[in-house]
Amino acid sequence: MDAFLATPLGVLALTVAQAMALLVPLLIGVAYLTWAERKVLAAMQMRKGPNIVGPFGMLQPFADALKMLMKETIIPSGAARTLFIMAPMITFMLAMLAWAVIPVNEGWAIADINVGILYLFAISSLGVYGVIIAGWASNSKYAFLGALRSAAQMVSYEVSMGFVIVTVLLCVGSLNLSDIVRAQEGMWFIIPLFPMFIIMFISALAETNRAPFDLPEGESELVAGFFVEYSSMSFALFFLGEYANMILMSALITILFLGGWYAPFDIAPFTWVPGPLWFIFKICFCLFVFVWVRATFPRYRYDQLMRLGWKVFLPLSLLWLVLTAFVLKIFGWLPGGV
Amino acid sequence: MIAAIAFYLFAAILIASAVMVVTSRNPVHSVLFLILAFFNAAALFLIAGAEFLAMILVIVYVGAVAVLFLFVVMMLDVDFSAIREGFQRYAPIGGVIGLVLFAELIFVFGSWSFADNAAVLRLNPMEPGVENTRAIGRILYTDYVWLFQLSGLILLVAMIGAIVLTLRNKPQAKRQDIGKQVSRMGSVNLRQVRSGAGLAELGIERPPVDAPAEKPKPIAHDHAHGGHH
Repeated sequence: MDAFLATPLGVLALTVAQAMALLVPLLIGVAYLTWAERKVLAAMQMRKGPNIVGPFGMLQPFADALKMLMKETIIPSGAARTLFIMAPMITFMLAMLAWAVIPVNEGWAIADINVGILYLFAISSLGVYGVIIAGWASNSKYAFLGALRSAAQMVSYEVSMGFVIVTVLLCVGSLNLSDIVRAQEGMWFIIPLFPMFIIMFISALAETNRAPFDLPEGESELVAGFFVEYSSMSFALFFLGEYANMILMSALITILFLGGWYAPFDIAPFTWVPGPLWFIFKICFCLFVFVWVRATFPRYRYDQLMRLGWKVFLPLSLLWLVLTAFVLKIFGWLPGGV
Repeated sequence: MIAAIAFYLFAAILIASAVMVVTSRNPVHSVLFLILAFFNAAALFLIAGAEFLAMILVIVYVGAVAVLFLFVVMMLDVDFSAIREGFQRYAPIGGVIGLVLFAELIFVFGSWSFADNAAVLRLNPMEPGVENTRAIGRILYTDYVWLFQLSGLILLVAMIGAIVLTLRNKPQAKRQDIGKQVSRMGSVNLRQVRSGAGLAELGIERPPVDAPAEKPKPIAHDHAHGGHH
């Protein structure tokens, strides 16, 4: 068996098996995230939410998926066909691709690469292409306006997100995601870097086009934004991609600030729970806050959104970055003993 | 063997997409092929073991620069036939420029001289056990720190120049002063209201209750008008 795994074919088989072991639970997680979002929103608005299909409406996501599959795929006659079909695939693939480097537990990553955080940042910065190509290829003004809004928004918030990541990297001294988690064994970064955590969370909301920053799809003004023209499975791919991206951003926040797979306290009842479960709990917590924010805040106006990104978050994160560097240097806490 | 196959595959796609950037009729397709070219260049960096450069290439060029390219190209209202009409006229000028560039390249390549220790460095570019992110950082922030800072300064000047060129302060333009809006007082009041208190107890005026409210006259629904219920 070990000899087979050392051959190229064996490595391939192992990698495929690992990817399946990650992606299948992830997709089920995405399905149940849609269900959980509707349930939580319903509870916050004093409604019942989905409760007909299966016990507590638990089979609702599968009913929805089946409905999507049965519908006809409509391609507008004025659309650029190839790009129109490619756009949802790009969105979905990128959302899946990023999970290759996420460490779920000590040593549990499909690819534990040196520049893991850069890979994650690169993949998440590509997400804008699915949106912008969809908007352009649809040949519809609503879709195009949504795509333009989205492109500007995602590029804006990436900048402050980059500074947040650099601040964390200063404290870690490595670009490897497992190293970032390991550096938080004593204290999670949310405690010393709390303002950066807030900036990161809000930027993640903007990056995933979630409320209150859901202007690209703003139902009341742009119908549904960049995916107005999409139907059936191509729409479902956008939908899945968006929710998978939410989970991804939650995982990123968990890794950067919430101590990854570590238990909150290193004492008996907490340490009985295995690491991956802690990782999932923390992701679920972040996702709950995503939904909570959606139920609470009204949508931002577009100029306010740009102002928040460029005039508030960018200087603030830059300032905190310089401050962190100073503190680390003065107290001699820089990692790597420089 | 696999690395060689991967190299030729990525290199072939890179060259093919670079050709498509120049030849494709639709500028949006050109930009998309440019993105594909960047991707394959990043893959080549990865094969060469320069993982940091590969990721930075994707983040900077694909994630930011090409997005803005695409953004601008999509919004341009370009008349494609008009562009192609001028092709015959401008072809000689383009050819001459191309030839000059080619000659210069040959000239540079002919007079290229390597540093004395270049061959040794190329064989062993970094010390064993040092990641290439760290290796680049060690050189960039020591030997080349002034050049690095200078390039940053040039970019800053370019950015300020672009802002100055495009910023127009029209006097009639209406602007928001967020700080002023947030700190305004007097026009809207917040009052602490005891829960369960009636409006009368709080001193809020409302129309007198004892005056008989005027009942709206019931609308006559007679069938004389021919309305069919």
